[in-house]
Amino acid sequence: MFLYSSITRKVLMALAGLFLVTFLCVHLGINLMLLKNDGGRAFTEAATFMGTNALIKVFEIVLFAGFSLHIIFGLLVSGQNKGARPTSYAVNNSSDTSPFSKYMFHTGIIVFIFLALHFLDFYFIKIGLVAPPPGIAAHDFYNRTLLLFSTPWYSMLYIFCFIALGIHLNHAIQSAFQTLGWNHGKYMDAVKLLGSAYSFFIAAGFSLVPIFILFFRN
Amino acid sequence: MTRLNARIPEGPVASKWTDYKSSCKLVNPNNKRKLDIIVVGTGLAGASAAASLGELGYKVKVFCYQDSPRRAHSIAAQGGINAAKNYPNDGDSAFRLFYDTIKGGDYRAREANVYRLAQVSNQIIDLCVAQGVPFAREYGGLLANRSFGGAQVSRTFYARGQTGQQLLLGAYSALSRQIALGNVTLFNRRDVLDTVLVDGKARGIITRNLVTGEIERHAAHAVVLASGGYGNVFFLSTNAMGSNVTPAWSAYKKGAMFANPCFTQIHPTCIPVHGDTQSKLTLMSESLRNDGRIWVPRKLSDVEKLRNQSIKPSDIPEEDRDYYLERRYPAFGNLVPRDVASRAAKERCDAGFGVGSTGVAVFLDFADAIKRKGHDTIDALYGNLFQMYEQIVADNPYETPMMIYPAVHYTMGGLWVDYELMTTIPGLFAVGECNFSDHGANRLGASALMQGLADGYFVLPYTIGNYLAAEIHTPRFDTNASEFTLAAQGVADRLKQMKNSGGKESVDHYHRRLGKIMWEYCGMARNDAGLTEALYQITELRHEYVRGVRIPGGLDEYNPELEKACRVADFIELGELMVRDAQQRRESCGGHFRDEYQTSEGEALRNDDKFAYVAAWEYNGGEVAASLHREELQFNEIKLSQRSYK
Amino acid sequence: MNFTLKIWRQKNVAVKGEMISYDVSGISPDSSFFEMLDTLNQKLIMTGGDPVAFDHDCREGICGTCSLYINGRPHGPVKGVTTCQLHMRSFADGETIHIEPWRAKAFPVIRDLIVDRSAFDKIIQAGGYVSVNTGGVPDANTIPVPKEKSEAAMDAAACIGCGACVAACSNAAAMLFIGAKVSHLALLPQGRVEAAKRVQKMVACMDELGFGNCSNTSACEADCPKGISVSNIARMNREFLGAKLFSEKEKVVRVSL
Repeated sequence: MFLYSSITRKVLMALAGLFLVTFLCVHLGINLMLLKNDGGRAFTEAATFMGTNALIKVFEIVLFAGFSLHIIFGLLVSGQNKGARPTSYAVNNSSDTSPFSKYMFHTGIIVFIFLALHFLDFYFIKIGLVAPPPGIAAHDFYNRTLLLFSTPWYSMLYIFCFIALGIHLNHAIQSAFQTLGWNHGKYMDAVKLLGSAYSFFIAAGFSLVPIFILFFRN
Repeated sequence: MTRLNARIPEGPVASKWTDYKSSCKLVNPNNKRKLDIIVVGTGLAGASAAASLGELGYKVKVFCYQDSPRRAHSIAAQGGINAAKNYPNDGDSAFRLFYDTIKGGDYRAREANVYRLAQVSNQIIDLCVAQGVPFAREYGGLLANRSFGGAQVSRTFYARGQTGQQLLLGAYSALSRQIALGNVTLFNRRDVLDTVLVDGKARGIITRNLVTGEIERHAAHAVVLASGGYGNVFFLSTNAMGSNVTPAWSAYKKGAMFANPCFTQIHPTCIPVHGDTQSKLTLMSESLRNDGRIWVPRKLSDVEKLRNQSIKPSDIPEEDRDYYLERRYPAFGNLVPRDVASRAAKERCDAGFGVGSTGVAVFLDFADAIKRKGHDTIDALYGNLFQMYEQIVADNPYETPMMIYPAVHYTMGGLWVDYELMTTIPGLFAVGECNFSDHGANRLGASALMQGLADGYFVLPYTIGNYLAAEIHTPRFDTNASEFTLAAQGVADRLKQMKNSGGKESVDHYHRRLGKIMWEYCGMARNDAGLTEALYQITELRHEYVRGVRIPGGLDEYNPELEKACRVADFIELGELMVRDAQQRRESCGGHFRDEYQTSEGEALRNDDKFAYVAAWEYNGGEVAASLHREELQFNEIKLSQRSYK
Repeated sequence: MNFTLKIWRQKNVAVKGEMISYDVSGISPDSSFFEMLDTLNQKLIMTGGDPVAFDHDCREGICGTCSLYINGRPHGPVKGVTTCQLHMRSFADGETIHIEPWRAKAFPVIRDLIVDRSAFDKIIQAGGYVSVNTGGVPDANTIPVPKEKSEAAMDAAACIGCGACVAACSNAAAMLFIGAKVSHLALLPQGRVEAAKRVQKMVACMDELGFGNCSNTSACEADCPKGISVSNIARMNREFLGAKLFSEKEKVVRVSL
């Protein structure tokens, strides 16, 4: 992994990233079922399917690999980049670039922290590593979610993290295309536009759930 | 009795080079590995020579003062490179290219060398394309040509306005390949301060490492100088700030003769000087004269009003404008050759009709062309030049006429070389602008790139072998030999002396003064009285310089002022030689115009009976004047005639 | 015009440097940035000071020698020009101007504002050429090249190797420089022959020299004085991937005579 060239690292990171981007879409689809006023039936059904289907089980491993790859290469690349400029400028760079593109590492860290929290709150409970809060079964994601989102600071944190993710994705999607060499004068503008739209859709979609629960369920 | 032997092969001019190549001595590959060659300079000539010699198997050391070989000033050439390919089917041939070059040089170049140049020109284009030089192409995918001054055919290949850059990057890539293969060793950020002779042959150089200040010795079986021209003797020129004559001048002082130093080319379309702090002049492509009309006001009262900005150029009515080139040269109009256009601008400004805040500029007006061809066409043709102009001058050429004035651009003179490009020191070769050989008294557009690459790629690799064939038994040299020690000591002493002069003025102060003297008396027009005055002033300046220059910093560290100090010391001495050369040439030809020798219409008047020779100067020590040697030029193929552009 | 200059001063590579403040006055707005620095240096020389060292040569924007990082931007505030083409009218009277050298591990400071960019030469030496020798090449018109390809190659070949892309990049990456050379040669049939080998060698050399990695911020394109596009980086990535995935394994061929 350390031996890979810059471009190989970037390409693997981009591929893993694109894979995660598609996963987000699936996850969002399930989350949006929370908005259905059916006492969580649809949501629980989907969650159970995800938790028990054999194919999905395999997929879960791939997903873990994707996350790990993306994170490890992200760290490697960031390390390389930090090392490439040992003395920094007295005046910070003010080139005309997308303001978000320079903060991929920072937004990435926020997303990572969120991920850890998310594991603590759901996945670890599911697999029994962490005890569920009193009164909620280990597999009852629905009530667990309602409980969490009824706490305003948690919802705020959740939304904040997804804004960070949106910012991360906004650059990440077009960046992945560029890294994979899929850059062409004819369609690059469309890629950028679709990337931005998708990242907005993801950030807004995930944020919708806590907002909805906070304002309409209590 | 002259010591000059040009060693031109016998036979008809068209077969001289072929015959030479078939009969010159060769060095076998095993011996090439044992032979070292030093190449000074990495411009078109130096980089192409070093790369080609490395490919042949010689061990090459290449030196440049820049941080990278890619930055040599060949990179700034805009227009193009000539070749007699005859792709457009317009009747071009090697002979025509040869003829145009000799005529353009006002019959002061050597026929045999120029013919060879025309012959190898085609190979240059083939090689450059194979290297990946992105020349302009037609829609069919084949190479495009354009026409250029002084020729009736389209033979100029170009890569946008960056032909020099692309050709240099091609040569640099070939050089880089040889460096990677270990055949060539690169020494960047080095000033070459002396040439070392052992038993009368060039055997090495003394350099200063510009970063550490260390004085270094390098030995070789032959030394090739490709250090470019000496236009910076004028202080203000289109040359790079670092362009200098020092390697060539050190060779001159060791016995290489310096030929035709007074032949300098003044380019008519440069951006005028803005003030006293100006450091450098910027060239605007000659192609602007295709559509721009050059004029100054007809009335002195209008000149006055323009200067105090009470009127704009466009306020001056048509009948009060003097389109002096169209007036004087109805046939060629604004498209007369460089030297003619430059002198005409000077004549008007001297008469008080110059425009701009300083009064030394003329208008180059596109209003008519914009009206005739439309804004968009003009933009497509010259857009980037207009932008460049606006960036520098902050005036919009679409709205107000450009202001231009001539500036020093190229030096045709240089180290005297024979047919084999060897100087009068055995084993010392000079290629590219550094030698005097191919352009006579005036260089045509798009010929400099051709000559640099011809010398480096296709001529020197043969001729140097002819010399080195006799050196295969000479072992590698020890740089501890007394000749090297002496030379290194000499360089160190000179630097120390300069450093400790205890003076008060900066190097630039003296350089500016030298430039003013040269421009005033040895510039576009010269006369005996002025040259005598210049000689006196330069001698004064030389003495003042020794006592008066102040160099901060130390000897053994990065010290740009010290670098400049050496270069300017040599420029002052060269300036003196240029003036002497201009004085002895009592005729007008090409870039050398003597007020005393002109036709009744004010055109250059050659004197072929007395001056159809190359003036080669031999150094006789600092205080004794250099002595003149003449190489009489024989014209067998071409009949000499008066240039006329009326 | 008057200015306050804050300039990085550093005696040599071994010692620490610092920002030092200078005042210059009476500068013409038509002066170039370097003429302004010349004025400062003349003053320093006359008063027994040590002039500021900076790299410059052609002063017409083509040699790529000049390399100043001015107020947070390589080559200063004007787009599409090198430092030597910058004029003082682009600054406000009385402005404080910060001047720093390029900052990158691969570009160590030699003195004051001068850095060592020989890393770029090494990258070209690694493969930025077509392996042809002088002589023995076909006629220039033997292989037609589509005009659009040739123009695109020229766009990439316009790179002057100044290093502004590295200086601008938040990661000190040299991808634009290498992307431009890889693209220039990959777009031409003459360069295609070695394209797969070239890109791999050049990228490997770049990594070895300690440049950063690309995070596609496009700061390089924004500050490139020649406007080289980041699409050249994408082309390099494509070439690289293609070479890694599909090129033949190199065999050692022994020729016995």
